Amino acid sequence: MDTSSHDVLIVGGGGAGLRAAIAVSEADPSLSIAIVSKVYPMRSHTVAAEGGAAAFVKDNDSLDDHAYDTISGSDWLCDQDAVEIFVREAPEEMIQLEHWGCPWSREPDGRIAVRPFGGMKIERTWFAADKTGFHMLHTLYQTALKYPTITWYDEWFVTRLLVDGGRCQGAVAIELATGRIHTLLARSTILTTGGCGRIFPYTTNANIKTGDGMALAHRVGAPLKDMEFIQYHPTGLPFTGILITEAARGEGGWLLNKDGYRYLQDYNLGTPEPKPVKRSMELGPRDRLSQAFVKEMETGRTVESPYGPIVHLDIRHLGAQVIDAKIPFVRELCLKYENIDPVQDLIPVRPVIHYMMGGVHTDTDGATSVPGLYAAGEVACVSINGANRLGSNSLTELLVYGARAGRSAALHSRTQPKADSGILAQALDEERRLRQDFLDKTTGKESIAGLREEMQQAMESGAGIYREAQGLQSSAEKISELRDRFSDVRLGDRSLTFNTDLVACLELSNMLDLAGAVIHSGLERRESRGAHQRTDHPARDDERYLSHSMAYYTMDGPPRIEYLPVTITRWPPAARVYGE
Amino acid sequence: MSDSITMQVFRYRPETAAEPTWDTFEVPAGKEWMVLDALNHIKDHMDGSLSYRWACRMGVCGSCGMTVNGEPVLTCATYLTDLPAAEPVRVEPLKGFPVIRDLIGDIQDFVHKLKRVSAWIVREEAKPLAGGEYLQTPHELSQFKQYSMCINCLLCYSACPIYRLEPEFIGPAVIALAQRYNLDSRDQGSEHRMDVLSQDDGIWSCTFVGECAEVCPKHVDPAGAIQRYKLAASIDWLRSVLLPRGRR
Amino acid sequence: MNKDYKLHHPAWYRRQMQIFWWLKRFSYTKFISRELTSLAVGWSAIMLIALLWAAGHGAPAFDRFLTLMSSTSLVVLNIVAAIALLFHTLTWLHLAPKAMVVQIGRYRVPDRLLLIGQYLSWAAATALVVWYFGGSR
Repeated sequence: MDTSSHDVLIVGGGGAGLRAAIAVSEADPSLSIAIVSKVYPMRSHTVAAEGGAAAFVKDNDSLDDHAYDTISGSDWLCDQDAVEIFVREAPEEMIQLEHWGCPWSREPDGRIAVRPFGGMKIERTWFAADKTGFHMLHTLYQTALKYPTITWYDEWFVTRLLVDGGRCQGAVAIELATGRIHTLLARSTILTTGGCGRIFPYTTNANIKTGDGMALAHRVGAPLKDMEFIQYHPTGLPFTGILITEAARGEGGWLLNKDGYRYLQDYNLGTPEPKPVKRSMELGPRDRLSQAFVKEMETGRTVESPYGPIVHLDIRHLGAQVIDAKIPFVRELCLKYENIDPVQDLIPVRPVIHYMMGGVHTDTDGATSVPGLYAAGEVACVSINGANRLGSNSLTELLVYGARAGRSAALHSRTQPKADSGILAQALDEERRLRQDFLDKTTGKESIAGLREEMQQAMESGAGIYREAQGLQSSAEKISELRDRFSDVRLGDRSLTFNTDLVACLELSNMLDLAGAVIHSGLERRESRGAHQRTDHPARDDERYLSHSMAYYTMDGPPRIEYLPVTITRWPPAARVYGE
Repeated sequence: MSDSITMQVFRYRPETAAEPTWDTFEVPAGKEWMVLDALNHIKDHMDGSLSYRWACRMGVCGSCGMTVNGEPVLTCATYLTDLPAAEPVRVEPLKGFPVIRDLIGDIQDFVHKLKRVSAWIVREEAKPLAGGEYLQTPHELSQFKQYSMCINCLLCYSACPIYRLEPEFIGPAVIALAQRYNLDSRDQGSEHRMDVLSQDDGIWSCTFVGECAEVCPKHVDPAGAIQRYKLAASIDWLRSVLLPRGRR
Repeated sequence: MNKDYKLHHPAWYRRQMQIFWWLKRFSYTKFISRELTSLAVGWSAIMLIALLWAAGHGAPAFDRFLTLMSSTSLVVLNIVAAIALLFHTLTWLHLAPKAMVVQIGRYRVPDRLLLIGQYLSWAAATALVVWYFGGSR
C-alpha cells in the first residue's frame, strides 16, 4: 500500500480547508501540508454561496452588536465565548481576504460596501455582487496555489480516519482516477468537508454535500453536536432547490402568499414597510420565515404549483438597474431555471434544506475530542450558530475558524512524533474492507439510489420544519432498517478507474449514520428552539435544554445522546424578538 | 414533448477495453430536464457504472462540462428540449482532454498552467492589515470584474482548435485569469506575468479563432482578454526596443 | 494524483483531431478562410513589387508588365485576390475593437463605435487617395 507522510492533513478543499492550509503555511513555512478533496477544490460547495459574509467594519456598528445578533439569532444555543472570538477576529480575516484579491463590492469612495441581512440590526454583510462564495473560494484557491509546501490530492476520497495510541494520525483514501488505496499519514488532521444537506430530498446543496467528514469523525469517537438543528433557507426554487439569496430580501424583496399579501406580518415579525427594516419582516431570521411558510401552507394560503406549495418572492419594485447591480445572479438563475424574469415576474420559492448548524464538536481552537483531529467550517460545531444560523455568518466562519484550526493544527503537529507503525495494520484492514465489502462483492439486491431516496423521504417526513415524537420515531426506525439493508447493497460498478458508484455508496453509508444522529438528537430534545420545532413540545425550555446534544457513535444501534451545557458569558438568555 | 429521449453516451472502461464504445439508453425525460438530469437517471436506475462529474447543478461550480451533440456545454444548464427532438442526444467527455473514464477528462494541465502564470495577487509589499482595505473604486473593480467570473469549466479549452492541436498552449481561461490579476488595481505582478505569457505557448499561439468567447457560459470573453494582452505586449516590446533602459 | 502525475498516463484515451476538423463547424471554416486570405495579401505585395520593378526599368518592361496583367488568367486571379482582400480587411476591422480598450474618463467606448470609427477612417483614406491621384497629371 502506498504511504505518504505530511505534517498537516486537510480533508476537504473548500473555503475552510483552503484558509486552514494557508494559515498552517503562514504559521510555519517548513510544515508540509496535504489537501485531500474528493473534487477539484474550485468545485467545493463554498462556490455556490451568494449573499455575503458578515463582519463589523462600519462606524455605526460594533462587535457587541454583531455578537448579540448572532446570539439571539441562535436562540441562545451558541457558545458565547466562541461568538466573541468570532466577531472579534472577523474584520481582520475579511481584510486579509481583500488583500488577497477578493473583489468585494465597493462604495463610491473605494471602501468596502455592506448590505443588510436577515436577523441583523445593523448592516455588516460584505458582498461581491451576489456571488460572494464564488469569489471567496476562487480567491482562496488561487492564493493557496502560491504555497509550495501544499501537496494537492485532487479527486481523492477519504474513507477512514486512522486513530491509534489515542491520537489521530492520518487517513486512508482512494485515489479516484486509478482506484488505488493510499495511506496518508499526518501529525495533525483537519476536517473541512462541509455539511450533509443531501440527506434530505430538497436542498440548495450540491450533490457532494454528503457529510463525509462528520461521519468519519463520528466513527472514531468524536461526538456530533446539535445535529437536530438543520436550517431551511426560506427562498429556494421549487423542483431544483436552487438557492435564491437572502440578499434579494436584503435589497428589499417581499414574500407574498397567494393573495399577494406580505404574510410575515402575521407571525410576530413586525409590520410591513415599503423599504426593508432590519430584523423585521423579510429580514427576520431564517427559521422563523420557514416556519411561517409551513403555517401558511397548513391554512391553505400558499400557491399551488406543479412542484408543490410555494410562495412568491417579489423583487419587481427594485427595478432592473438595482437587480443587475446588486443581485444579477438571481436574475440569471430565474431566467435559466424557472424561465421567468424577476424584473417583471414573481419568483416561486419555498423553504429548502440549506445548512447544518450541527457538526463535529470542537473547542474555539478547532480541536475535536480526539487529539490531533481538528475541524472547521460547516462540518464543525463550535458553536457559533446554535439553534439557527444568521445568513452571512457562515462564510466568515470559514475564515475565522478555518484559520484558527490551521494555526492550532500547525502548533500541534510540531509536538507530535511520527506515526506509530501499528497504524498501517489499520490501513490494511480498511483496504481489505473496501475490497471485500464493496468492490469484490457480487451478491446483493439493494440499489444505492433506492436506499438513498428512501432515506431522504424518511428525513423529510420525520425531521422537517415541524417535528413530533411519532414522526421522529418512525423515521428513526426507517433509518435503522435502511442501515441494515445497506449491508445488502450491490454496486453497479466494480472497476477501479474513477468508480463513482463506489463513491456514491460510501457517501450513502456516511449519510445513513448522520441521518441517525439527526433523528435521535431530535427525539431526545423535548423542546422547541430555533430550527428544531416540536409540535408536542412547543416551548423553549432553558431549564433543561440550554445544552448541546452530543451524539456518540455506537457500533450497532442508535447513537447515544448526552448533553453539554452552553457557555454563557455576557448575554443571559432572553426572549427572541424580531419586528420591533 | 416526447415521452422518452434516446441518449448515446461515450463509454471508456480501460480495464475491459482499450477502445471506447457508445452505449444507447432510452430515458424518460421530464419537461424541464437538463442533460444532467438524464445522466443521473441513467446512473441511478439503468447503469450504475456510468461515471461523470457534477456537483452544484446551478452553473457555478464548473464540474459538469461535456461535449453534447458536438458542442461543449454545461450539462446542468442545457435543456433536453433545446436539442433537436428527433435525433439521439450524443454525450461525450469534453474534447481536448485525455479521457480517464467514461465522461471524465483529466484537467490537471489547467491547474499547472494557473500556477505558471501566478494567478494570484503579486505585490512587492503587502499593506499591514491594520491599515484596512485597499481602496478600490467601483470603476477600478469594473476593469477586471468580467475576467474574475470564470468558473474554470474549461469549455473554452475544448472549443479552441489551437489547444486541441497544440496542448502546450496556455489557453483561454488561464490567460483571462492572468489578465484578471493584471488589471486588478491591487496587483503589481504584470511584468512577471508578461514574461510567461509572451512565450511561444502563451498569447502568441492564439490566432483569434474566437470560439472560446462563444462557448463561455459566464461571458468572460477570454478571446478579448488575449487580444488586449497582445496589444499590450506588443507595445511593451516596442518600448523595450526603443527605450531599452527605460523599461524596468 | 498530484505526486505521480505524468503528462502521458498510459491508460488514458486520447482522441485525435480529424484532418478536416475545420469543416466540422461553420465558425472554424470561417476562421480558416480568414487565415487563408493572408495569401491574397502576399500576392498583392508580389504584384506591387513587380509593378515597381517594371516601372523602374523603362517603358518596354512596363509595357510587358501591362500586357501580362491584362491576360485573362491574371485578371481573374486578381479579382479573386481582391475579394479575398476585402474579406480579410472586413474581418480584421471587426476583430480589431476586441483588442482595443478606449476609455474617455469613466466611459468605455463600445465596440460598435470603434468599428464605425474604423470604417470612417478607411473611407477618409480612400477619399484622399482618389482625390490626390484622381485628376490626370
